[in-house]
Amino acid sequence: MKSPRDLVRFLLPVAVLAAGLVLWEAIVRAYGIQPYVLPSPLLVLKTLVADWPVLLQSLGVTLLTTLEGFVAAAVGGVVLALLFNQSKWLEYSLFPYAVVLQVTPVIAIAPLLLIYLQQQTAVIVCAWIVAFFPVLSNTTLGLSSVDRNLAGLFQLYGASKLQTLLFLKLPAALPYILGGLRIAGGLSLIGAVVAEIAAGSAGAGSGLAFRIAESGYRLNIPRMFAALLLLSLAGIVIYGVLALVSHLLLRRWHESALGKDN
Amino acid sequence: MAEPALSGSDAGSAVRLRGVSKTYDSGVTALGPLDLDVRRGEFVSLLGPSGCGKSTALRLIAGLATPSAGTVELTHHGAAGRGSHPIGFVFQEPTLMPWATVRENVRLPLKLARLPATDADARIEAALDQVGLAEFATAYPRELSGGMKMRVSLARALVTDPDILLMDEPFAALDEITRFRLNNDLLSLWRNLHKTVIFVTHSVFESVYLSERVIVMTARPGRIGAEFRITSPEPRGEEFRTSAEYAAFCREVSGALAPSYAGQAGA
Repeated sequence: MKSPRDLVRFLLPVAVLAAGLVLWEAIVRAYGIQPYVLPSPLLVLKTLVADWPVLLQSLGVTLLTTLEGFVAAAVGGVVLALLFNQSKWLEYSLFPYAVVLQVTPVIAIAPLLLIYLQQQTAVIVCAWIVAFFPVLSNTTLGLSSVDRNLAGLFQLYGASKLQTLLFLKLPAALPYILGGLRIAGGLSLIGAVVAEIAAGSAGAGSGLAFRIAESGYRLNIPRMFAALLLLSLAGIVIYGVLALVSHLLLRRWHESALGKDN
Repeated sequence: MAEPALSGSDAGSAVRLRGVSKTYDSGVTALGPLDLDVRRGEFVSLLGPSGCGKSTALRLIAGLATPSAGTVELTHHGAAGRGSHPIGFVFQEPTLMPWATVRENVRLPLKLARLPATDADARIEAALDQVGLAEFATAYPRELSGGMKMRVSLARALVTDPDILLMDEPFAALDEITRFRLNNDLLSLWRNLHKTVIFVTHSVFESVYLSERVIVMTARPGRIGAEFRITSPEPRGEEFRTSAEYAAFCREVSGALAPSYAGQAGA
């Protein structure tokens, strides 16, 4: 953030946001639009503050679900990719079903899951289903992108399978795995939200998406917006944290994490 | 000036290839049949056009590939202690792990042999000293120049104290001045450490400068086309590079190499 150009890159979207909010506020006031049709940004903010205890609790629930789904996706994706890497037979047998899980819209699977599983479990499974595939496919790609000569060197020095995995394949795949995790972070939030929405009023949960659905039934539109705002912020924070972790892990050696002036 | 090369020395054999050939699944014969004897402590260059199988020969000697026919015999002389490995291999690319520091890259062969870290450290420092990179132990490969990366690669090959050093066009990608410097450094390492070196190159000038014996290979499938003993005495230095003797050897070797390239022209 030193050069004027960086400053512009930071200020421009902020200016767009400010202009959008002012315009929104002005239109709502000028036409006297009712809050249950379209609340003004200030009202959304007020609602956010007023309903903070409820919303915070819901945010906690959704974030916990997202985290559980994410961890399950990360572990599941990496472990499955490692198994595929060790055994072609396993890969040929199972990979098509991983694709099927990925291309079937999760919103259509969620109601079924809610029938057979407890709601809390179903939500986590939904988050896992949408998030594990990018981890699996990226890790698979990373594991097979090992430098051929480096692999030859490990062979020359009689490395065991475990040594080759720990000292060669996993480090070489790390940038790919981190890329997959960055996508999975946002997707597991989506998965959690989808499942909460699907559970709807029947659900016993109290996540942010549940709050949105509930507020919708009660025509509490300002709270819908407030919850949506929180969800969006949560997604941004998740992405930011994962991008930071990725940067910290790769900054000493990987091209993607190096500054342009290097 | 060049005499038929005979490896009749008493120093003993380090590498012996008999009727070795390599045919790929596609049916293409890349190499051979090839007979090759390399004395212990000898510096031999395999010289030939791209695709003549000289790299394949090196991989067969290293055990990174198995011959389709024939036998590869290596004789180990060094103490076979833990962390020692009879073969050091230097690839055309530096082939370093980008995620590891110079020291950790050089440590790799010892780590794979499960040598305790305390024993390994001294050997790593010694190997880095040999290639003049002691100050760069904590640098990452991307922070080094091409020549320095190649030195790291060399240090990694030396750290197991191998009897035989196999080098696959190691300096081909470097600029000329860096290559000359590394040529000189490699020669002095060879003189001091008494390793057997098999050096693959497509540069006539490099092969004559470095080697005691130059083996010219034919185009695919690679066979031995001619052998030259470079009788110029050690130590060779920059004055050798500009000597009439050097030029005469280069002319002779180039002459022997010409048919290999002529055969390729139509391909």
